[in-house]
Formats: sequence, C-alpha cells, structure tokens
Amino acid sequence: MIRVHVPCDAGALAVGADKVAAVITREAQARGIELTIVRTGSRGLYWLEPMVEVATAEGRIAYGPVAADDVAGLFDAGFLDGGGHRLRLGRPERIPFLAMQTRLTFARCGVVDPRSLDDYRAHGGWRGLETAISLDPATVVEAVTASGLRGRGGAGFPTGIKWKTVADAKGLQKYIVCNADEGDSGTFADRMIMEGDPFVMIEGMVIAGLAVGATKGYIYTRSEYPHAVATMRAAIEITRRAGLLGEDVAGSGRSFDLEVRVGAGAYVCGEETALLESLEGKRGIVRAKPPLPAHKGLFDAPTVINNALSVAAIPFILAEGPKAYADFGMGRSRGTMPIQIAGNVRYGGLFETAFGVTLGTLVDDIGGGTATGRPVKAVQVGGPLGAYFPRQLFDTPFDYEAFAAKDGLIGHGGLVVFDDTVDMAKQARFAFEFCALESCGKCTPCRIGSTRGVEILDRVLLGGGTDADRALVADLCHTMKFGSLCALGGFTPYPVMSALTHFPEDFGLVPHLQAAE
Amino acid sequence: MPIHETWNPERAAELIAEHVHEPGPLLPILHAVQETFGHVPADAVPLIAEALNLSRAEVHGVVTFYHDFRSEPAGRRVLKLCRSEACQSMGAEALAKQAEARLATRLGSTTPDGRVTLEPIYCLGLCACAPAAMLDGELIGRLDAGRLDTLLAEAQS
Ligand SMILES: Cc1cc2nc3c(=O)[nH]c(=O)nc-3n(C[C@H](O)[C@H](O)[C@H](O)COP(=O)(O)O)c2cc1C
Ligand code: SF4
Repeated sequence: MIRVHVPCDAGALAVGADKVAAVITREAQARGIELTIVRTGSRGLYWLEPMVEVATAEGRIAYGPVAADDVAGLFDAGFLDGGGHRLRLGRPERIPFLAMQTRLTFARCGVVDPRSLDDYRAHGGWRGLETAISLDPATVVEAVTASGLRGRGGAGFPTGIKWKTVADAKGLQKYIVCNADEGDSGTFADRMIMEGDPFVMIEGMVIAGLAVGATKGYIYTRSEYPHAVATMRAAIEITRRAGLLGEDVAGSGRSFDLEVRVGAGAYVCGEETALLESLEGKRGIVRAKPPLPAHKGLFDAPTVINNALSVAAIPFILAEGPKAYADFGMGRSRGTMPIQIAGNVRYGGLFETAFGVTLGTLVDDIGGGTATGRPVKAVQVGGPLGAYFPRQLFDTPFDYEAFAAKDGLIGHGGLVVFDDTVDMAKQARFAFEFCALESCGKCTPCRIGSTRGVEILDRVLLGGGTDADRALVADLCHTMKFGSLCALGGFTPYPVMSALTHFPEDFGLVPHLQAAE
Repeated sequence: MPIHETWNPERAAELIAEHVHEPGPLLPILHAVQETFGHVPADAVPLIAEALNLSRAEVHGVVTFYHDFRSEPAGRRVLKLCRSEACQSMGAEALAKQAEARLATRLGSTTPDGRVTLEPIYCLGLCACAPAAMLDGELIGRLDAGRLDTLLAEAQS
C-alpha cells in the first residue's frame, strides 16, 4: 500500500494540513488509487508546511508547501512515485535546513506516526528505558549527570544534580513533573515533541521516576496546546495498555503512572513553584525558595520538575550513553539544543544543533534573514524575558554562559527575528505590559513597577525620551531585578534594558556609551 | 461553533464528581465546567467550594486568577488573535486594529449583538507561521489582512 505522510502538527494544521489530507484521500478515490495517509508530527521546516512526504523505493520524497489546490497537479505529476513537480523537495533529510542539524532529541519527530508504539520501537524507542531498568537507580542518575544535560526550561540547572537531590530526599511519595507550559513567544519545541513524538516524553519521565523513586508523574501543559494535549493523552493510554506504565513497568516490578494536566492561560504558571501551586488547584502564586521543589514540591513531596526538552533528551542519553550526548556542545553547555527560529524570518522552524553555533549563523545563514526581505534589526532570544540582540552581537555563540555574558539568556531556545520597521521603544513597553499582565502579584516591584514602566514608555513614545526618562527606566529595572522573587519581575529588565542600550534612537535619545544600569 | 449546555446544577455536580477524587482537582473541574457551560457560572462556585471543602472566596480567587476562565458567557464565536512578540514581528498589531475596526469592538470584549468575542492570546506556539489566530478551536497561521477579513466575515455570519 502506498503511504503518504501528512503532518498533524498544530503548525501544519494552522496552514491547512487537514484539508490537504482530505483532498489527497478524495483525489485518490476518484482515481481509483489505494493509499494510506499517515499523520506524522512536523519535521519543523515550517515555511514548507504543509509538507507532504511519499514513501518511494528510494526513500521518502517530500513536497511542499502543498495547498489543497496543488493536490490534483501532484497526482498528475506522479508524486506517488516521487515524480517531478515544482513543489518537489526531494529527500527531506537532504534539505539543507535539516541536513545541517544534529537531531538527537528530535530524531523521530516528523518521521513516525506519533500514535504508533510499533513505529516508536522500530525507530529506537524504549532502549533507554531498557538500559535504565538494567542499571541500579544511582547509576542512572550518574549517567544523566555525566551527560552534562542542563535544564532546557531556561535556568540551565544540571539535571543530574536535581535528580540526585530528589533521589536522596526522604519521602514515601515522590513526583516527576514535566514542565510543558511553554509560554515563551518564539518557542514551540515542547509542542512539537508532544505532537510528533509523545512516547519519548513518556520514556523520559518513566526513566526519571525509576531513577529517583517516584511513582507518579504529571505533564503540565497549556490550554493553548489542545492538539498536544490530545496526542499526549492518547500516547499515555497506549503505553499503559502495553504495560509500560502502571503497576509493573515493563516487567521491572516497579510502578509509575502519568497524567496530563492543563493550565488555564497564566504565563507565570511556567515558573516551577507557581506550576506546582496550579497543579494543586490553587492560584499560580510563586513560592519562596527554599524549600526547593526537590525537597518539598508537589503536595509537599520531593519533586523533580523538568522542562519537556530536558525530559525528552533522557532516552537518548540512556540508550547511547552519556558520552554520546556530552561529546556535542561547547564549554559547560553540553549536548544539543532544539533552537526555534521564529518571527519575521524566511526559514522558520526547529533547528536542533550542538551548542556553539553563533546567533548570526542561525539568523542569517540558517534562517535566511527576514521574511519581509528587509534588514534584520534585532533578535529577541529566550522569550519575553530575554534580551534583544542587535547585529553587533551576532557573533555570540549559542551557549548559556556566552549569552549571560552579553546580558542576555538563551532561555528555552527561542529566537524572534524583527526587521528594521520595529520600534524598540514599543517592544520595551510591551515587555513591561506583559509583565504587568502576567505578574502573580506577590512582589511590588513586579506588580507595580511594570505598570510604572508602561506609563513612562507611553510618555516616551508620545513625545520622545529625555535623559531623565532613561535614568528612570534604568532605576526601575534595577529595582525590579533585585526586588523580585522570580524571573518574571527579575528578568523583564533584560528586554527593556537591551532595547534601551542598543537602540537609544528609538527612544528619542542619543546613543550613550555607558549602558544605563 | 461550540454548543454549550445551559446551566444545570445536577450536571455540574456530575462534572465535579468525575474529578473530585483526583489530587488537586480544582483546575480539571473548572475546565470541565467551562467546557460544558461555556463559562464558569457564579452558581457553580459554591457547589465546587462545598465539594472540595474550600471557601467560596478561594474558588472565586482561582477562577479570576486564570485568564482562561470566564464568569460570563462569550459570544457565539470566539476569535483569539496572538499578541506575542513573534506575531508582532509579522504585523499582528495591524491585524488587531483591523479586527477591532471591523467588529467595532475592542480586544477583550464581545460585539453588542453577541456574535463575536475578540480576545488577545499570548502565544499559540505557531511562531514560525506567524501571525497566528484561533477561531473557536481552529488554528490559523500566516494570517494576513485578506484572510482576516474572511475569518471575520465567517465569525460574524
Ligand atoms: C515566569 C517564568 C516562566 C517560566 N516558564 C517556563 C516554561 O514554560 N517551561 C519551563 O520548562 N520552564 C519555565 N520556567 C523555568 C522553571 O521555573 C524551571 O526553571 C524549569 O521548569 C526547570 O526545569 P529544567 O531544569 O528542566 O529547565 C519559567 C520561569 C519563570 C520565572
Ligand atoms: S516577580 Fe512577579 S511573578 Fe515573580 S513572584 Fe514576584 S510578583 Fe510574582
């Protein structure tokens, strides 16, 4: 039977993938051709979505971006045998955007049927879990430490050390919580992996559970991700039926089970302690630390809380060994990072690569510059709390420390590209506005300071700024940075100050050599 | 277009009973109530509070904390426009103005005829196909002025 792959990833659906799948089915029927449509995740080449792949004798051949209107023409061109057509892209693995990547975490995404356990196993799935079951738990934790994996949710804390803390903590009940509350604009990797390869998340969480002695896990994700929720829930059910979740995980005699919980549109619930509050059914108010979640987390029990990408990196590390992962990267940033290139960019998508690639390479060479064809003015890296980088800083390598040294952060790995029509004073205002909107309200600098920031910038946007305004903004940012409990209030100064420092002209100010901080 | 049930305390009690024994059941219950009735009616709050052994104020506090939960019904159709940075970089602000002008309503409100609720949303994870929107459950990427017009017409019809 001919197999045609059409993504069911939300990004592909948003540009018409369902319609394309329906028209392919209809057209095949009309022509008396039997075929099966396999709904996969996305390869992450979003400018080519909907990207349709046909399994041929020479491997898969991709076509894209396919509109419903193109389908009849594709049949005429013999696309089911890989025939020539203006949308023909050839072998997907050879498309430079994909060929240049190192896909460790996303190896299967866009390739397999996300609801097929057989596909998952055939593509190397469950080997990490098998290894983990054969090792004693402390050795599993050591492997994660040795891999050098650091949290992909933003803070970059070593995952192995977090696991060891929970493993060593006393408690009858422990939890694994996966933070898939991906709220940063410019990021979509958690969504993609949940929609495209949900079993890798499950496998990562089961390994974490066995390693630290937790028997229950929660995946907390966003209400804005209904497709990810549905796929994740279906995959959990399939896994449970296969005996890989539940009372006796894969015949190991140990139990672990898993559940998806859905947030309700609060950005701050991505902060780990607010997330725990939310899981407990409360308002998402940030908790003071200590105690760390590792000691007193969900329902006061020792809890590992890890980002979805941290979790999804685990099966590879166990299956291939920590060295295979740690061999990639630079400095203290080991392994690969699924970088998300978004916004006003020609080739937007998911680019998983070893740490060390420069921002300029990502934006200009891989991203191909702006979608509008205008010059790139700024790139916001790391979500709404991340700094705006001007072209002068494009030589910064993608690495936790290198970005911190430039007063920025890599966060969850999102890049949002802006062309030269952007007004950076407006972007700074938005950073304050977003902070005001999403503040949990616990700290005055965050709750009130952000609103004051909006007011000052409204004035600047109306009549141009003065040096007094600059000093006021800098002072406000200083107060927020040092007087906030969490990074929402504490890091909002990054986008604001980077905009002000690198683009003073947009604030009606003359460049100032000393950054006003 | 989503079809919602009219308020009915027995139905609400059923929804509560489905989740009450889960750990941390409040958000799952509120989601179930909103999915069923289209909003979280004021009458649901005391029922939930009693079932979970919480004060009404605590339940009310949770309902109002989260942007998703609405205390009043929405319009027949709900159009959400992404307002986050990735969509801003591709002209989301102009699209929001266009929608506000055409519907003669502001983001965050419902047209007087009750047909359309226009809302901001902060990131749908479609940042590489920006600007993005959602009409009821349907996702729309690479939105532009022309496609927005079509969407608005559909929403208003
Ligand atoms: C306002 C705010 C939002 C956050 N949002 C997320 C998020 O959506 N996903 C995430 O994994 N971490 C988020 N974090 C970071 C978490 O607090 C935490 O560091 C992370 O979940 C730990 O997992 P990791 O060590 O695997 O990165 C956020 C932090 C703050 C302050
Ligand atoms: S900084 Fe803001 S979001 Fe964070 S705890 Fe304080 S008030 Fe809450």
